[in-house]
Amino acid sequence: MKRTLIGLLAVCVLALAGCSTGIPDSGANAGENFKQDSPQFFMASVGDRVLFAVDQSTLGAEAMSILDAQAGWMMQNGEFSAIIEGHADEQGTREYNLALGARRATAVQNYLVSKGVAAGRLRTVTFGKERPLEICSTEACWSKNRRAVSVVSAGGTS
Amino acid sequence: MTPLVKLLTVKLVAAVFMTVTAVPALAQTTGPLKIEITEGVIEPMPFAAPAFVAQNSNARQLAEDLAAVVAADLIGSGIFREIPRAAHISGISNFDAPVQFSDWKAINAQALVTGAVTLRSNGQIAVKFRLFDVFAQAALGEGLQFVGTKEDWRRMAHKVADAVYSRLTGETGYFDSRVVFVAETGPKNARRKRLAIMDYDGANVRNLTDDASIVLAPRFSPDGNKVLYTSYETGMPRVFVLNLNTMRRRALDDLPGMTFAPRFSPDGKTVVMSLSEGGNTDIYTVNVASGKRSRMTSSPSIETAPSYSPDGRQIVFESDRAGSQQLYIMSANGGEARRISFGKGRYGTPVWSPRGDLVAFTKINKGRFHIGVMRVDGSEERLLTASFLDEGPTWSPNGRMLMFFRETRGANGAPSIYSVDTSGRSLKKVAIQGFGSDPSWSALLK
Repeated sequence: MKRTLIGLLAVCVLALAGCSTGIPDSGANAGENFKQDSPQFFMASVGDRVLFAVDQSTLGAEAMSILDAQAGWMMQNGEFSAIIEGHADEQGTREYNLALGARRATAVQNYLVSKGVAAGRLRTVTFGKERPLEICSTEACWSKNRRAVSVVSAGGTS
Repeated sequence: MTPLVKLLTVKLVAAVFMTVTAVPALAQTTGPLKIEITEGVIEPMPFAAPAFVAQNSNARQLAEDLAAVVAADLIGSGIFREIPRAAHISGISNFDAPVQFSDWKAINAQALVTGAVTLRSNGQIAVKFRLFDVFAQAALGEGLQFVGTKEDWRRMAHKVADAVYSRLTGETGYFDSRVVFVAETGPKNARRKRLAIMDYDGANVRNLTDDASIVLAPRFSPDGNKVLYTSYETGMPRVFVLNLNTMRRRALDDLPGMTFAPRFSPDGKTVVMSLSEGGNTDIYTVNVASGKRSRMTSSPSIETAPSYSPDGRQIVFESDRAGSQQLYIMSANGGEARRISFGKGRYGTPVWSPRGDLVAFTKINKGRFHIGVMRVDGSEERLLTASFLDEGPTWSPNGRMLMFFRETRGANGAPSIYSVDTSGRSLKKVAIQGFGSDPSWSALLK
């Protein structure tokens, strides 16, 4: 429990410092080059991912604001569907992390549905700790690997 | 003395047959030399394994190699210690000549393994061995002979070592066995995985699948003919079963959602595994033949990593129902579960010992990972290893050793397979090329 609290604090500090929003740094500028109804725009300007605290799947305030934007974009671009990928950092056992990734992906799915996105346009998949983005073995990397990424594409989810 | 000739056939996986014949023992078994395997610290028994006698000149290398594999097997168990060749006063140049016990007593070898190899004109080899209790100056059991193809020479060495182990401990050995695992290549953020199989000691690695999609956590069937595993070939984790004889694979069932963490029941007829649906992960059983499924748990928490008791009547699994990952045991029919892990930290990946007495697990505490064992009532927890990331224990067929994988820290972090005995004394890296994870140990081969 203690570790979880420290993890939460670490994420909050990072959030206050304005870093690690999950949106690429060049997002605002790069986004202008993409059509509003493109997956590239979704990734660069809306923000395709949210981050989680250690061993948690609850959505923080920052995650919710990114998901509000995702929901808005999904509502405007009805031909798109999304696969939500849930991921975990390397500090857990393989099976548990698969289950944890599923929880995270579902937390995002449920939130988007609550904001009006049709459930049939969303599908979830867990990758557990199989697909780390960052490869160092410190909190700086782990915090970016504990993520749920909405991968949008035109057409159905399957 | 009347020669006692026993004949029994041993089926190899490749459908080759080996015959086992007894050769006459030189002396009656007297006071039995025995090493008791206990969980405390024991003094390894010193033994000598001089080069086997080459019965023809082109068998000389084979004779060296056989003795070396037998010795490596015995040393790796942690309960035997080899007296190095350099210390030997004499060698064995004639397999049937009387043993000069005084030469072996003088260097304090308590057990002596002698052997002889014949390379036959049809390409087959015959391996004979005898085991002696040096201080009692007597043979321990009958001599045995194995006949097989030259390609199977390592299996014959393992069978010799299993016979020695079993005569000296009173328990079955574990050397003639295989391990399925995940062979990994590539950088940490683009790892490619495929299923592979090897001898228990890391020799004879063969790939079982390509690396087109992520594969995870293979598990042997009790008869060793099938392997359960989790594959992403449909885009999401799903349990597959691979038949090792036909190399055909199929999805185990058509459950909706994601399935993973499968294991066979001891009779091989049922698979217990996790199904994740709507963000909730629970445990189900699936009948292998009919596909009929039963739900074993139904709580909003994570229930995963189930493993049957050897009698098939209970299932040990992990759950975070009490707020963090802990170990529980329930009936194989589901229902109430009792918690067995109460120490500090989180516990996962429980595996029931084939002896029935212990549960092996992964423990995470203060940022360190451990492989440990506890009794099935949760008492006498012992941590056998500690590192940045140790995970996924699997039992040797006789329940005396464990294999697991250890991942190193940092950007170049990569997994390797290790083995350790249940007292934690004989930690050893299994020598394979490349990265390996998720080992699953077979039963003793037939």
